[in-house]
Amino acid sequence: MITDEVVKERIQIPLAAESLSEERIAYLETLVSQARTAAAVFTQYTQEDVDRIVKAVVLAGLEQAQPLARLAVEETNLGVMEDKVLKNMCATEFTYNYIKDKRTVGIIREFPERNLVEVAEPIGVIFSLTPITNPTSTVLFKCIMAIKTRNAVIFSPHPNAWRCCSEAVRIMYESALKRGAPEGVFSCLESHTLQDNAYLMRHKDVGLIDATGGPGAVKAAYSSGKPALGVGPGNTPVYLEKTADVSTAVVDIIVSKTFDNGTICASEQTVVIDDEIYDVVLRKFAELGAHICNEKETELLSRTVIDPKTGFMQPMAVGQKATDIARLIGLSVKPGTKLLIAPIQGVGREYPLSVEKLFPVLAVYRAKSVDEALKVCIDVNHAGGLGHTAVVFSRNDEVIRKFSEAMNAGRIIVNSPGSIGALGAVYNDLVPTFSFGCGTGGGNGTTDNVNIYHYLNIKRVARRTQAHMWFRVPNLIYFNLNAVENIRQFSSRSTVIVTNPSMEQIGHVDVVRRNIPEGTRVHVTVIPDAEPEVKVVMQGVAELNFYKADQIIALGGGSVIDAAKIMKLKYESPDANLEELAAPFLDLRKRVIQYPTEKVNHARLIAISTTSGTGSEVTPFAVLTDKEHARKVTLADYSLTPDVAIVDPQFVMSMPKGLTADTGIDCLTHALEAAVSTYASAYTDCNAMQAIRMAFKHLPIAYEHPGDEEARTMMHNAACIAAMAFANASVGVNHALAHAFGARFGVAHGRANALMLPHVIAYNAAVPTKFVPSPYQKGYVAHKKYATVADLLGLGGHTIEEKVKNLVAATEQLLDQLGFPRSIAELGIPKEEFEQAIPEMTKIAFEDPSWRSNPRMPLMSELADLFGEAYEGRGLAKAATVQQTSA
Amino acid sequence: MIAAWLKIDEERVAQALQEAGEKLVSVEGEVALDFSSVRRIDASAVRALEEFAGLADDKGVNVVLRGVNVGVYKVLKLVKLGSRFSFAA
Repeated sequence: MITDEVVKERIQIPLAAESLSEERIAYLETLVSQARTAAAVFTQYTQEDVDRIVKAVVLAGLEQAQPLARLAVEETNLGVMEDKVLKNMCATEFTYNYIKDKRTVGIIREFPERNLVEVAEPIGVIFSLTPITNPTSTVLFKCIMAIKTRNAVIFSPHPNAWRCCSEAVRIMYESALKRGAPEGVFSCLESHTLQDNAYLMRHKDVGLIDATGGPGAVKAAYSSGKPALGVGPGNTPVYLEKTADVSTAVVDIIVSKTFDNGTICASEQTVVIDDEIYDVVLRKFAELGAHICNEKETELLSRTVIDPKTGFMQPMAVGQKATDIARLIGLSVKPGTKLLIAPIQGVGREYPLSVEKLFPVLAVYRAKSVDEALKVCIDVNHAGGLGHTAVVFSRNDEVIRKFSEAMNAGRIIVNSPGSIGALGAVYNDLVPTFSFGCGTGGGNGTTDNVNIYHYLNIKRVARRTQAHMWFRVPNLIYFNLNAVENIRQFSSRSTVIVTNPSMEQIGHVDVVRRNIPEGTRVHVTVIPDAEPEVKVVMQGVAELNFYKADQIIALGGGSVIDAAKIMKLKYESPDANLEELAAPFLDLRKRVIQYPTEKVNHARLIAISTTSGTGSEVTPFAVLTDKEHARKVTLADYSLTPDVAIVDPQFVMSMPKGLTADTGIDCLTHALEAAVSTYASAYTDCNAMQAIRMAFKHLPIAYEHPGDEEARTMMHNAACIAAMAFANASVGVNHALAHAFGARFGVAHGRANALMLPHVIAYNAAVPTKFVPSPYQKGYVAHKKYATVADLLGLGGHTIEEKVKNLVAATEQLLDQLGFPRSIAELGIPKEEFEQAIPEMTKIAFEDPSWRSNPRMPLMSELADLFGEAYEGRGLAKAATVQQTSA
Repeated sequence: MIAAWLKIDEERVAQALQEAGEKLVSVEGEVALDFSSVRRIDASAVRALEEFAGLADDKGVNVVLRGVNVGVYKVLKLVKLGSRFSFAA
């Protein structure tokens, strides 16, 4: 296993460059300075300039593929010249084919549907380490990538591959210069030391380290504190499953494992073979030129090609032919033997051949089952190859899936050679590379095949997106006198009327009953005159089940309609968890908890409102009292919206004056808050503004003259219209305050709203201490919206400030007309008691979701101040400074 | 007060700067280099600007680069020459 200790022992990683002479530092500084200037100058190049140079360097690399391969083999004494030619050609031609049409300058990708554009920014100076195993091909590849991305590179080749690499750099540099590349774009360290590397890795002007090499180099790169691309070591497991095409698999493995004498780190290391095909596979390997080692030969290999002290492969074997390795260790094999195959019985230190072997020695393991095979592959994967590459040969998709899930490998190569497959663009559609990202398993930042996009800082230009909005109301709304008659058109076998005792007493239930088509079985469920409790709702659900209701008619105020909404929900979806559905959310469309869509029962909900305030007949909200936990549970979802709303003023003609005032002010508050909400839209504004106009005009008449049919009708419609606005734009801080205050002191909702309203208008119209983020609004518009309301009401005023003040005054005047107390103090609540309650009410108000759409984000201290102002009373709000904002 | 105003030709930026450097001997106060016709600079121009900045420092002359486009300005920032000059439109 490769551990940090082993790495440190194997390769000394210098942490500082103390031992560098002044001359050496000056030399390194010159290299960096030249590269920095080149990279800076390169930023001015266009895509066309870049592509012209890329083509030139690619052609230069292709032309020199053979000489460079020859030089590499001569210098390193590793690998196969012919294969290195292919590698050089892949590194140039295949890379070019992949990048030639890709944009790397300016805008490189556009996502119009997301209003998003990606713009390329070069990295600058890249310090690049290249390996001994794939020396020239890696240099060619990196030069092409650097030109394509307008970066400068300082190369630090492996010391034993310096000559061939520096020649490759020279060829690429000269061809690039000829085509106009900046001077100094490539350079190669001369006779460098690890201290040089350490110095450059930590240099402030080096933007990225690209370390393709052994674990020491990679570790040093990642330890430098600089952004780094590092390639981890491999130990590629191969699963040869019984359904595989054995002939193809064996040839593929030989091709891959003998390619450049196994120097590609993605090459196969241990092949796990299903028992059923094990003997056939080994016979096939032997037929095609592999030597199958016996027990003694395997033991000999284990002792010789693997260092018993470190557990790593011996350098003398790396990149050598199978016959040369056999000769070196005294193993007798046929001439022309391509591969040495050693059966092993396990994975780990006691099975030395189970580690990475960058030479044509392959371990094989006989597996009795898929499970065993996968476990052994996992062991190999974890024995130094995490994040790198894994290979599977199988025709069974399920086996391929299981293998892919089991392996931690950036590349899982299916039914093709591991090494060439991982390089990409030959056997598959992987991105061509000579640098394999190994993810966190290999200590890397990516599992990708390293490519041009890793040589770029990609800037995302995110334009403001026009947020999608919505407007949802019931399918059918019947309004005006005797609208209840429309119930006749709805057929039903079993209808349950949910109502409260007073509705029965004053005969409203009979009115409804008379309009239900004959033959319908009708049951009346009477619930108390109060906000619905869980227990009450569940009793109602039991009745719906008993009567197998296909229609529910909710007849009453907000409480009754809310109860009916929740009954319907639980009746249709018995598993709905109310506690869970009440979970907080910021955006209805992105909420974590979704309301149930699968239903066991179906019932139409017809809501007939008997008050002119809540508008529950058209809203997606329902409030439930949880007495057990002494709290209210608010449910919100458009699936709660009634199917049919009936807004018939005959049911409100007998409303008492107090209730008329309370519910009327609730309606006005809904409309005013919806108008300035951060969710307000043209669709909600038209409803909100109309409702405000109707309420200001008709509420005082309905209050003073309860029998005025027109005023009642207008107010009943106003409540429904205001509700359509706030059902889609929501409410604001007024409701949050009123909920907290009303619950604490037992004050009716409309009355609580009334006590807060003037103060909240003044508060929202002032420059916010804190703006609330909203993609739906441009700038701060609350004060302008209030001014528009003032204009609609004909309140006069020349400036926005004057108009807002006039609106506050008009609201106060309306409240006076309706006989509301001018302050909380007038309710008889002692000041001391109220002040003591403020901290808790403030906390509750802040937790109330109502304010989330308020135009001004309330600070806790501001909520407390608003409570204080409401206690002291109206008139203060009128005098309050209403600051304008041009935001 | 601007003591000298020199227009830099894109085709010969490095040479022009070298010539401007020679004129620095007789200049006091401030020298303005007009870069409005320079679309791009290369490595030799960067080196020449570095040298020119050094000479100007030695002479205590303030150098104002006029009409520098965004691309060239970015190059000067990247090679850390931005702070050696004043910039004007």
